[in-house]
Amino acid sequence: MLKDITLGQYFPGTTSIHRMDPRMKLILTTAYIVVLFVAKGILSYMLLLAWLLTTVRLSRIKISVIFRGVRPLLFIISLTALLNMLYTPGRPALEFWILTITYEGIFVAIKMVSRIIMLITGTLLLTYTTSPIVLTDGLEQLLNPLKKLRVPVHELAMMMSIALRFIPTLIEEADKIINAQKARGADFETGSIFKRAKALIPLLVPLFISAFRRADELAIAMECRCYRGGEGRTSLRQLKYSSIDLKAMLFSVIVFTAVIVLRVLGI
Amino acid sequence: MGASEIILQGKDLSYRYESSPESDLALDGLNITVKRGELLAVLGHNGSGKSTLAKHFNAILLPTGGAMYVAGMDTSDEDMLYLVRQTVGMVFQNPDNQIVANVVEEDVAFAPENLGVETHEIRKRVDDALKAVGMYEYREHAPHRLSGGQKQRVAIAGVIAMMPECIVLDEPTAMLDPVGRNEVLKTIKKLNSERGITIVLITHHMEEAAICDRVVVMESGRIAADGTPKEVFAKVELMKSIDLAVPQTIELIYRLRKRGLDIPLDALSVEECAEAIMSSLSTVGGGSHVRNY
Repeated sequence: MLKDITLGQYFPGTTSIHRMDPRMKLILTTAYIVVLFVAKGILSYMLLLAWLLTTVRLSRIKISVIFRGVRPLLFIISLTALLNMLYTPGRPALEFWILTITYEGIFVAIKMVSRIIMLITGTLLLTYTTSPIVLTDGLEQLLNPLKKLRVPVHELAMMMSIALRFIPTLIEEADKIINAQKARGADFETGSIFKRAKALIPLLVPLFISAFRRADELAIAMECRCYRGGEGRTSLRQLKYSSIDLKAMLFSVIVFTAVIVLRVLGI
Repeated sequence: MGASEIILQGKDLSYRYESSPESDLALDGLNITVKRGELLAVLGHNGSGKSTLAKHFNAILLPTGGAMYVAGMDTSDEDMLYLVRQTVGMVFQNPDNQIVANVVEEDVAFAPENLGVETHEIRKRVDDALKAVGMYEYREHAPHRLSGGQKQRVAIAGVIAMMPECIVLDEPTAMLDPVGRNEVLKTIKKLNSERGITIVLITHHMEEAAICDRVVVMESGRIAADGTPKEVFAKVELMKSIDLAVPQTIELIYRLRKRGLDIPLDALSVEECAEAIMSSLSTVGGGSHVRNY
């Protein structure tokens, strides 16, 4: 049952978005988020929406897949919309009892909702089209300058990739322990929340102990293969910017600059 | 025997785990010499000190008494640490706990990456190592989707990519099914015969020891026997006294000898054993007698 969990939500593919350098994808996604908060008028939103839809189209990720990613946040989105509609002062559009919905409120709500949905879609697109390892690689390289400030960039990236590597192993192990405990009459599924939480203890304790044992063995195995931190380390995979990255960058720069200009002009 | 022919040499090795009492030595004044290109099995039951010895071969543990030399380098010399570890690679029992990366080829690349090898050279080494263990087609797979035997072969490839002169395998087949065990043993034999890599196989399986050129039997931190498989297994009483079973063929001949049949105690394979018994019977009582047995 636990094996069904998919990780990192990565959808393998060979589209131009998939083939982009992870660093460029990270930079552009970050820039997109910033510009999204700068955008003000309808025209700016239209521009960003066009940018987003082009990217979605190029990545060949289905709209239904993206909707599935947005769905868990629908509650928060609706709550934001509701609060904005009720608490924005202005001309009343609808009144009942003590509640008043204003025209300005409706406008703000629409803006907020589209902003949140566009934000989520943009970041989902990054994880949908980039495998976690490649993403980690890109992040490490991008943050490299921080090493001068003594930020342990390599160590953080290594921790992240080892965590990713061991998730399936630990899931498999948890599954085994659950079955072993069930075979001896453990009950994980019925009873109150507290009872169920308590039933998890005999699962978590062995899982933790084995995780520590694994960590110990892995550390020795890594030392045996001459691991000594990031100093002087080379890499099998060298990240390289290609013409796709250049095109994506130019396209994005034009769109993002336009949005900023519109903001400055107050349109 | 010239000094350059010796790759591993332990002199009066002693080791005591910090948690154990003063008198309880895991290694007790042990002397061992391994020549280049040897295929050596270290045999012993749990607690005989065989894993402790293995960990001395690439400086994971440093001797508390005596000295350990790897290709002439003292393992206690900290400046030589990475050179020692490059010379002697190590493969462990649980394949899951020694695979670092998410993709097979990335994992094989881990050691050369640590050593600062150039990118195109890493590529060459990774492809070569994966071909050597027959896992090249799986280079882009995720390790957790492989079988135990395949994972262990990936782990071996990860060591080969370091281009070691010697590989120490600490019970590499203990967690594998018979198919996986065969895969791993075949790979080890191939590496030894085709590439001349010195192999030290730590095991408690007689059948695995039997395929090696030389067997060292350990008991409470000392060497109890050392020789070819035939020489070692012929010492049936000694093996039994330290709770090690001998191969079934040897056991059979041993019992027949006790009953008074004169059969040489050196048949390891079933065929050899059958032949030995047949020929001894035909000299005892003639052909017709054999069929009645």
